[in-house]
Amino acid sequence: MALLELRHITRRFGDLEAVKDVTLSVEAGEFFTLLGPSGCGKTTILRMIAGFDEPDEGELFLDGQPLAGIPPEKRPVHTVFQSYALFPHLTVAGNIAFPLEMAGRTRDEIRRRVGETLALVHLEEKSAAFPHELSGGQKQRVALARGLVNKPRLLLLDEPLGALDAKLRERMQIELIALQREVGVTFVFVTHAQQEALALSHRIAVMNAGRVEQADVPEALYSSPKSRFVADFIGTINLIEADVVESNRHGLLLRAAGIGDIAAPAHPGIAAGRHGALAIRPEHLRVSPHSESAGLKNHFLGTVSEYLFRGDVTIYTIRLDNGLSLEALTTNAAPGRARFHEIGDRVRVEWRHDAGVYLAD
Amino acid sequence: MKRGLMLWSATLVTYAFLYVPLAVVVLFSFNDSELNASWVGFTTRWYAKLLGDETMLQAAANSLFIALVSSLIATLLGTMAGIAMHRWRPPLLPFLVLTPVAMPEILLGVSLLLFFRQVLDLTLGLFSILLAHITFSIGFVAIIVRARLAGMDESIFEAARDLGATPWKTFVRITFPLIVPGVVAGYLMAFTLSIDDFVITFFVAGVGMSTLPLQIYSMIKVAVTPEVNAVSTLLMALTLTLIAIASRVALTTLKRGT
Repeated sequence: MALLELRHITRRFGDLEAVKDVTLSVEAGEFFTLLGPSGCGKTTILRMIAGFDEPDEGELFLDGQPLAGIPPEKRPVHTVFQSYALFPHLTVAGNIAFPLEMAGRTRDEIRRRVGETLALVHLEEKSAAFPHELSGGQKQRVALARGLVNKPRLLLLDEPLGALDAKLRERMQIELIALQREVGVTFVFVTHAQQEALALSHRIAVMNAGRVEQADVPEALYSSPKSRFVADFIGTINLIEADVVESNRHGLLLRAAGIGDIAAPAHPGIAAGRHGALAIRPEHLRVSPHSESAGLKNHFLGTVSEYLFRGDVTIYTIRLDNGLSLEALTTNAAPGRARFHEIGDRVRVEWRHDAGVYLAD
Repeated sequence: MKRGLMLWSATLVTYAFLYVPLAVVVLFSFNDSELNASWVGFTTRWYAKLLGDETMLQAAANSLFIALVSSLIATLLGTMAGIAMHRWRPPLLPFLVLTPVAMPEILLGVSLLLFFRQVLDLTLGLFSILLAHITFSIGFVAIIVRARLAGMDESIFEAARDLGATPWKTFVRITFPLIVPGVVAGYLMAFTLSIDDFVITFFVAGVGMSTLPLQIYSMIKVAVTPEVNAVSTLLMALTLTLIAIASRVALTTLKRGT
């Protein structure tokens, strides 16, 4: 049985449907992420799990027990807030002791558990400091320690890394994964940063306008998105509008206006005549001088109109002869050369017949 | 250099305008003369006389009692009003609580007098003064407490609930400790407002009931005697002490960054 279950949850604010018929389940021990742009309803779902909000329709279950009507303080669910929400008048130790005191633990147990948890987040020496004396990363750790100390069934994290700078953010991501593995508490994480979600999560639910577009493991979301929104939101992707000319078990034959025929991987359930788009990742495109060819099934001529040199990789924007722009990512793995093409160069863009995903409208 | 000099003299003149009259009062309370005309010599006999003046002592005792009790009750009610205004944002409450603050004192005095006599049929005296002082103090406390809450991260209170605190525990352990500086400042404000209120007290005091400001007023109807200077000096000392405490509370709070 799933630890947390959301069944057909709908939540309205006036005329706005913030969450529309969401059904999800989270397994014990999972690092589960709600990913989506701001205003997609992910924070509303988090608040309903925490008990600060109730759904208009549908039900939530924790360990099979309905959560309706149970106030936040009675739910074995703790939250790490975006602003950390540390109590400014209490020390680090006082903050971490708070949930234990509320749960009526003995003084000895509180002292021991606070000590253990401080060690877990490497903040032993800051035990007597007040929140305003801490750096952003330290506040973050105190908030995590406070959320974990009373061993909740579920820890909710509301964009907890949002306020940190890029370097620190990356380090906290690694620490967060290690921490979750160590304590074994189920995490429900909310973020709008897709790379963060991919890096941290066991499973991700991609949300858009109150609905769950797709819930799956990160690799599946990346390699087989089920909608244009997911394809576009997770990573970078090229969308080539194309009609289905032929569909059989070996593959699809697509026709794109101004380009011509494209071979795409088979997609059961898609018949000839459908309209949609082929979604293909930049790293699946090969770029070579126009006179050469890697011999791949799909190949088109174009001109380099832009490039972004990132050191390990270079991202080219290539304008095909029909006006369509594609992004292609090439690794600079060959020793001695860091980049291959200049702006204005005529190049050949190629990709395999089994690359990409066809997204029918 | 020249501009510095001008700035300094402007500052000096402004402060002189504010504080010389007060200094004169203090100085002449130690003047060994019946008249407030010229300096004769140092004495403390006006203070001695003050301490022997039964009516004056009674008035001072009344003032202290009214100030202590009314500010205490006003702080309790004002704190609750301040929290309610912040938490639930009721449309009418701020208007109801803050009107007495903005209303001209004379108007408030007259309307309270009419209300006590015509509506409640209350005998004017200590009790009616207490009610009046509570009425005009609540708003000040409420404003200060609400301002304190307005500067705080709302999620702190949600975090307390989230971590297992009932609404009451959240208030005791989190909300109240955080607004204490506001509550103390509100209390001191209410106390100083009450102890030197003249206009409203004048209307609702009734016969035979006197407070320090009323007593001073009745004395200067005859003449500004050095005894008035002495009692004014004492009142000033008390008020200044309270202001010093209030600003100290505010400062320590700022330093702790809470």
